[in-house]
Amino acid sequence: MALITCDNISLAYENNVVLSDLSFSVHAGDYLCIVGENGSGKSTLIKALLSFKRPLCGSIQFGDGLRQTEIGYLPQQTGAQKDFPASVWEVVQSGCMNQSGLSPFYSSAQRSLAQETLKKLDLWELRRRSYRELSGGQQQRVLLARALCATHKLLLLDEPVAGLDPMVTLEMYRMIQQLNQRGITIIMVSHDIQSAVQYASHILHLHNRPLFFGSTADYLKSGAAKQFLGGPEHD
Amino acid sequence: MIDVLVQMLSYPFLIRAIVVGTLVSLCASLLGVSLVLKRYSMIGDGLSHVGFGALAIATAVNAAPLAVAIPVVVAAAFLLLRLSENSKIKGDAAIALISTGALAIGVMAVSLSTGMNIDVYNYMFGSILAISQEDVWLSVILSIVVLALYVIFYHKIFAITFDENFARATGVKAGWYNMLIALLTAVTIVLGMRLMGALLISSLVIFPALTSMRIFKSFRSVVTCSAFLSVFCFLIGILISYAWSTPAGASVVCVNIAAFFAFWSASLLFSRKKK
Repeated sequence: MALITCDNISLAYENNVVLSDLSFSVHAGDYLCIVGENGSGKSTLIKALLSFKRPLCGSIQFGDGLRQTEIGYLPQQTGAQKDFPASVWEVVQSGCMNQSGLSPFYSSAQRSLAQETLKKLDLWELRRRSYRELSGGQQQRVLLARALCATHKLLLLDEPVAGLDPMVTLEMYRMIQQLNQRGITIIMVSHDIQSAVQYASHILHLHNRPLFFGSTADYLKSGAAKQFLGGPEHD
Repeated sequence: MIDVLVQMLSYPFLIRAIVVGTLVSLCASLLGVSLVLKRYSMIGDGLSHVGFGALAIATAVNAAPLAVAIPVVVAAAFLLLRLSENSKIKGDAAIALISTGALAIGVMAVSLSTGMNIDVYNYMFGSILAISQEDVWLSVILSIVVLALYVIFYHKIFAITFDENFARATGVKAGWYNMLIALLTAVTIVLGMRLMGALLISSLVIFPALTSMRIFKSFRSVVTCSAFLSVFCFLIGILISYAWSTPAGASVVCVNIAAFFAFWSASLLFSRKKK
């Protein structure tokens, strides 16, 4: 059984369809990159996966014991966050929220989960630092740690390297790759098609409808890729 | 100094004003941290103008002021949240629209009924004589509710303030908590505005949070500092107001300004030392 199965979904804003006839599935251990131009429906698809938005038709099913609130989501940063007074610890801890249920406080299990995750991503030394004093790359790593606290299975990353310099970008991709090798399924939305084909096992290419879905090797042979990557068939 | 304090506490209306003012300052500062960080600072200002309109109309038709003002301001708070979330009129414009509109309606109501008089002045800039025993009970209940909800939902409030989308993804009902914050803000503002004045009450929401953020760097320390600072500034302000016979609202705001600059200079000093 797949972790996520999208069956023929269409997504729309007030009858303005932005994405139609999309079917794909994500299995445990996959590394799926969703690529496409601006306005191709990538962000809308993310909203649907997080159930912020209901599909107009079709269905999204979660399998393998994955619950919808157990997706580790790494959103794009908002302007308001850049000067937010919060310690790294507070931000990462808030990732454990989905395990609290009705309890108003964090349990010791949740605290040790946050602790482990911080150590895993080399953030333990920074835990008392303020989020707003960190560099862009460190901030992104903190948000990745928070997403990891929320999941054991699936990370959903929305443009995780946007605005990072090349060195930090490379480091971020390596980290995501390592997480994938440890068995965490990755779904990443990206503009960076070169890195997408380098790291991902599967590609979903959108342009208001699916242009391609399949393994990266097949994608490189397809027409969609040639156009997007700027290959010899440029027109 | 002690004489002045003893003298102050011998007036029942002053004790009422101090109790209500302290509790309202406390609630406003707690809610203020979230509002300021979510870029909703102007909501407090907008709501106080709506409160002015509602009070003016209540006086014109001889209704109980709080019974009219609280529901109207709560409704306005929900409307403002809705508007800033999903509509073509953006948040700041919506607030400006509603606040000036309500102010105009209030002025019309006053001038058609009693005429522009001392009441209008009191609504605008506050009066410590306006606080009744009923207000004292309401503010005690309100502050217990705000404090309890704040402690119970503290982590969720943090999550929603920091990143609403992530919080929603982990199953927190963000819309519900936003409503709750708007509701509590509305009640706090109506309770505080007759003491502080419609034009000045929003300073209680904004100043303590912004001042604390100059120095403190984690959410918990900012919240704690805001709460203490807000109560402290209010008490100093009311003391100044009594000693020099200045309006209570304006005196409290002036103390808040002083605190802001003190914290700001301290933060500049700290950062210079680090370098």
